[in-house]
Amino acid sequence: MAKVLMDGNSVIGEAAIRAGCQCYFGYPITPQNELTEYMATHLARRKGCAFIQAESEIAAINMVFGASLAGARVMTSSSSPGMSLKQEGISYLASCELPAVIVNMSRGGPGLGSISASQSDYFQATRGGGHGDYRTIVLAPSSGQELADITHRAFDLADTYRIPVVILGDGVLGQMMEPVEFKHEAPEELPVRTNALRGAKGRPSRIVKTCTSNPSEMEELNWSLYRRYQLVREEEITYETFLVEDAELIVVAFGIAARIARGAIKNARANGLKVGLLQPITLWPFPSGKVEELANRTKCFLVFELNMGQMVEDVQLALNGKGEVFFYGRPGGVISTPSEVFRVISRHYYQRGLKQERNGQGI
Amino acid sequence: MSVKGYIEINQELCKGCQLCIAFCPKGVLALSDKLAASGYTPVSFTDAGECTGCAICATVCPEVAIEVYRG
Amino acid sequence: MDKVYSRPRLLKKTHFHYCAGCGHSIIHRLVAEVIDEMNLQDRIVGINSAGCSVFAYNYLDIDMAESAHGRGLAVATGLKRASPETIVFTYQGDGDLAAIGTAETIHAANRGERITAIFINNAVYGMTGGQMAPTTLLAQQTTTTPYGRDARLEGYPIRVSEMLALLKGVVYVERTSVDSPANIRKTKKAIRKALQVQLDGLGFSMVEILAACPINWKMDPLESWQWIGKEMTKEFPLGVIKDITGQADAD
Repeated sequence: MAKVLMDGNSVIGEAAIRAGCQCYFGYPITPQNELTEYMATHLARRKGCAFIQAESEIAAINMVFGASLAGARVMTSSSSPGMSLKQEGISYLASCELPAVIVNMSRGGPGLGSISASQSDYFQATRGGGHGDYRTIVLAPSSGQELADITHRAFDLADTYRIPVVILGDGVLGQMMEPVEFKHEAPEELPVRTNALRGAKGRPSRIVKTCTSNPSEMEELNWSLYRRYQLVREEEITYETFLVEDAELIVVAFGIAARIARGAIKNARANGLKVGLLQPITLWPFPSGKVEELANRTKCFLVFELNMGQMVEDVQLALNGKGEVFFYGRPGGVISTPSEVFRVISRHYYQRGLKQERNGQGI
Repeated sequence: MSVKGYIEINQELCKGCQLCIAFCPKGVLALSDKLAASGYTPVSFTDAGECTGCAICATVCPEVAIEVYRG
Repeated sequence: MDKVYSRPRLLKKTHFHYCAGCGHSIIHRLVAEVIDEMNLQDRIVGINSAGCSVFAYNYLDIDMAESAHGRGLAVATGLKRASPETIVFTYQGDGDLAAIGTAETIHAANRGERITAIFINNAVYGMTGGQMAPTTLLAQQTTTTPYGRDARLEGYPIRVSEMLALLKGVVYVERTSVDSPANIRKTKKAIRKALQVQLDGLGFSMVEILAACPINWKMDPLESWQWIGKEMTKEFPLGVIKDITGQADAD
């Protein structure tokens, strides 16, 4: 199909509808309102579908819980402060093994913060976020096209593994307009999950619960979730690489930071610096194996994120001392420019005395 | 001809709350003189031919411990 | 002789963990009877809540799901919107529905969601050991109002039913109690009517049921049942608070 020019927030909405999303519950918060409004316009009147502007992000995530109980594909979205409100609900979804897609178009924080893009919710997203020992799959798009593809994949992952999936975007991605190709058509019939709770017809009654007076039962649930997380780790780790084969220094960045880094790296290459990019797409599970593999050849890693240093810890853990890690970040909603990041790259490059390309060929 | 009734109280479910004793219009119920295995003192049916099977006891019994017969 | 009363079919064969004389036990039984009589077990889902009745699913033999504390009516909303043919009810206590869940309660009612709330009002937080509830009476002693509820510091008890009746989406609200055979029978009728309102697609329905909490009121069971009639009904009058089922049209 032809490409369309759409803002990132609306891309998520359209991709969700095409993935068979039946219900959307959300609450207005900048910078993701175009998504809520898109669903109000395009999902609300589709046959069998439901849209509610809920009274709060807390109500919205609990409506998600209810719709997921009923076996529907369901989505909610918010931005950083609203995501904090949703954490209890996400913990409950994870405990009950209920699929759902939760979109965070993150902004500067902490507190009410700024409405500009930031990446300071990485820890919140990748460490479960709420109370208890659980994880959610976290996907980090960096372009309009990735928003479309990742949103579709999110629904499939959620249903396959019966796990909540977080799409960690940001305010810039949400607002920017890019040409996007939607590779899927909306299904004729909306899916109903096999273990949906709609009444005990022709089978014994079923209970969905998170509370138990027996700690051993809770322990077994935790082990079972962790076995599932191991499977997700084996099957679903995704990343992109750019010019890493001969790189002396590798930038590690996700989301909009990866976009900015690509610009900086092109600049660096034009100046004879052999720099590459590792862009994790799945932030959880983190591509630790790829980091370790890259460290066989490259010893310098520069982690660039729009926060005070969150993903850098996962890179350090993955390297386990096998390479050097530097960090560059801007918190609070300030967005770096490619030339700014290029300056940081080249400073580290020269300080480490890394090999340069003679007669540096531009790319 | 008056209606006759008869009830059975499950001694394992009864918690001895005595609500049935309070609401029984015929006074055919009383606390048992034995402790149940649960640690509660259950209620027993003392019927002296007065029970009419009105089922008020079963209506107020929180434990659903009472089955009522009438005939 | 014929057996005229035995355990309802939809009440699992297990003993209740509730205290002797607790209102939950009575109400669970009524819910089980009504669902069976209305033949709804194939298409009904109960949403229970945090509180003593968090284990309601151990007793009612229907599909049930636990909701986060206070969020039952949001969960029920999501379920009903995703599966409109399913009959959905919540079973919530006074903390769940009227403290932490106030926003979800008001807005589900305001949207006229075709769901039913069964609201157990025992004027105290039972499970956590007897703290003040939004419906605790003035001068009532609880573990967090050891000197008695003082209006200046703790506000007044909330009449949730009257409050919700102001909302147009609310079609039927009745307040009953489970403190005597007659009132228990009235409660059963009210629960039945509330579910019928949902079956007819008319709007939001709720039954507020005054129930005893003997242990936390520090009374024996009979005393606690009598306290409902003597004291609670002064603050929370029994009866139909709102019924516009005659005027509301089914969708």
